[in-house]
Amino acid sequence: MTATAPLENASEAGPDSGKPAGRGRLRPRIPARLRQGGLPYLLLLPAVLLELLIHIVPMVFGILISFKGLTLFYIRNWSTAPWTGFDNYKIAVKIHQPIGQALLHSFWVTLEFTVLSVGLSWLIGTAAAILMQEGFRGRAVMRAVFLVPYALPVYATVITWTFMFQQNTGLVNHVLHDQLHLTSDKSFWLIGSNSFWALVIVSVWKSWPFAFLALMAGLQNIPRELYEAAAMDGAGVWQQIRKITLPSLRPVNQVLVLVLFLWTFNDFNTPYVLFGSAAPHQADLISIHIYQSSFITWNFGEGSAMSVLLLLFLLLVTAVYLLVTSRKRGDADA
Amino acid sequence: MPRAAVPRSPMAQPRSFVWTRRIVLTLLLVFVLVPVYVILSSSLKSLQDVQGSFQWIPRHVTVKPYVDIWKTIPLAHYFVNSLIVSVSATLLSVAVAIFASYGVSRYRFAGRRLFTVTVLSTQMFPGILFLLPLYLIFVNIGNDTGITLNGSRLGLIITYLTFSLPFSIWMLVGYFDSIPRDLDEAAKVDGCGPMGALFRVVVPAAIPGIVAVCVYAFMTAWGEVLFASVMTNESTRTLAVGLREYATQNDVYWNQVMAASLVVSVPVVAGFLLLQRYLVAGLTAGAVK
Repeated sequence: MTATAPLENASEAGPDSGKPAGRGRLRPRIPARLRQGGLPYLLLLPAVLLELLIHIVPMVFGILISFKGLTLFYIRNWSTAPWTGFDNYKIAVKIHQPIGQALLHSFWVTLEFTVLSVGLSWLIGTAAAILMQEGFRGRAVMRAVFLVPYALPVYATVITWTFMFQQNTGLVNHVLHDQLHLTSDKSFWLIGSNSFWALVIVSVWKSWPFAFLALMAGLQNIPRELYEAAAMDGAGVWQQIRKITLPSLRPVNQVLVLVLFLWTFNDFNTPYVLFGSAAPHQADLISIHIYQSSFITWNFGEGSAMSVLLLLFLLLVTAVYLLVTSRKRGDADA
Repeated sequence: MPRAAVPRSPMAQPRSFVWTRRIVLTLLLVFVLVPVYVILSSSLKSLQDVQGSFQWIPRHVTVKPYVDIWKTIPLAHYFVNSLIVSVSATLLSVAVAIFASYGVSRYRFAGRRLFTVTVLSTQMFPGILFLLPLYLIFVNIGNDTGITLNGSRLGLIITYLTFSLPFSIWMLVGYFDSIPRDLDEAAKVDGCGPMGALFRVVVPAAIPGIVAVCVYAFMTAWGEVLFASVMTNESTRTLAVGLREYATQNDVYWNQVMAASLVVSVPVVAGFLLLQRYLVAGLTAGAVK
């Protein structure tokens, strides 16, 4: 009885299960008050300190310098940089001036790139996960192969694609021009309008396996009885996919799409390795753009203002997304 | 594929499904494997051959690039730098995350929601947001105290925590939540303190999740480019930045670039594939519930 009492109490109290529910066990040296009330804070202390150091302080600092005219001149002593109020923000959003125009342009490029890349990655990942749900010979090997692009270090992947996209020595032009005769010239892939598509292809290549992995994990949670019952009722495999598999994946998809969106939208590694610090106009993603204004033209104030604007946008997107998906989930429950 | 291979499947597989599977998976295999083949085959070509038009089959197979990569740039040095930074960042963030996640998963306390929301939201912020302030803070700390963070391995490890810590906490809270509370309650009944319950019951039960988090954190750090390109100097440079040095003003040693890419990828890919069983399990219980 004494053994079950705390468990019952715990499940009743639910959240407060950390409390030993009236059983005063002796814990030497740690006072009871601290044991019950202070312990979670003690557990969190290292994480909170680190969070302060790596996230909170830099974020506050970033907001602070977005209001300052911080250039290379003041870098040794940032506090002497003059206050400029909202000037950096005004410069960033004046869409008829060169800086504002370029920022808006790279914002749209990033949005298009993200929607395309996430959409394709999700589509391919879903198709592969569903087609591989049932056993067939070679499935395990194929699954391992599909995870390789995800496991490869990003720069190794992207460098390889850079090599494949070379105009004269690359595989892409060799296949399109020399072998299939689809193009009349060997086109440029890393400058001009093709560069956008090069970026999308590389991004999809390395991010679809993550969608595949997450969706495979999600598929394992669907009870097989559902399929058995549906098969008994005479539903074919395509019908089972439409009626059981896809709806069951919805919670996974809600997390997956948001995570993919944020990762792709914030991606710096891919464009930077593919193009270097000066991306072609057609593929000037926002992270590269901010990097450029901060570390190439050394205008930290403007770079910070752009970062803060980006942050506000991402917060807005996430809030709206969570609101919409949680409402849908609520409907489904009701 | 003989139908007998899947005899008791509840999804009876019609020809249309089998053929769709064959076609789609074949196309995907080609898409995935072509770049992998390019890395392998180009790393076995001479410089002259990679500078000409692309050939699917190397004309002369040579292992010379694998010898030269260590001499053209200090690759071994960069390798060690990457290893130190990635392993330290991974161990530090997972260790801190184990305690924090246990607290969040097992206790209810004031500020819990604030903590989780903060961790979750920093997870989605772009690295560029933290790069700039951290860079300036490091430069100023260096000026004021003489402690060199900018360009040091320690500085890089700290910046890598900006993505590995929130990620580790996020995954581990999900994983710990999936471990029945009765288990650690029982341990407490048997006389374990909260720490005893954590290390004797929760951590052992969460090994797949912890392994998964370690692998993810390590992989992300190993492939990180942004912080490494700003926060390192010649002696602390990581592979992510170092590999660019195979491009000189006149030539890009593409065969060596490919050989080096393969060499730096093999340990990560091998580890990932060996542990993928854990990774799917970790993902199932953790992030995707």
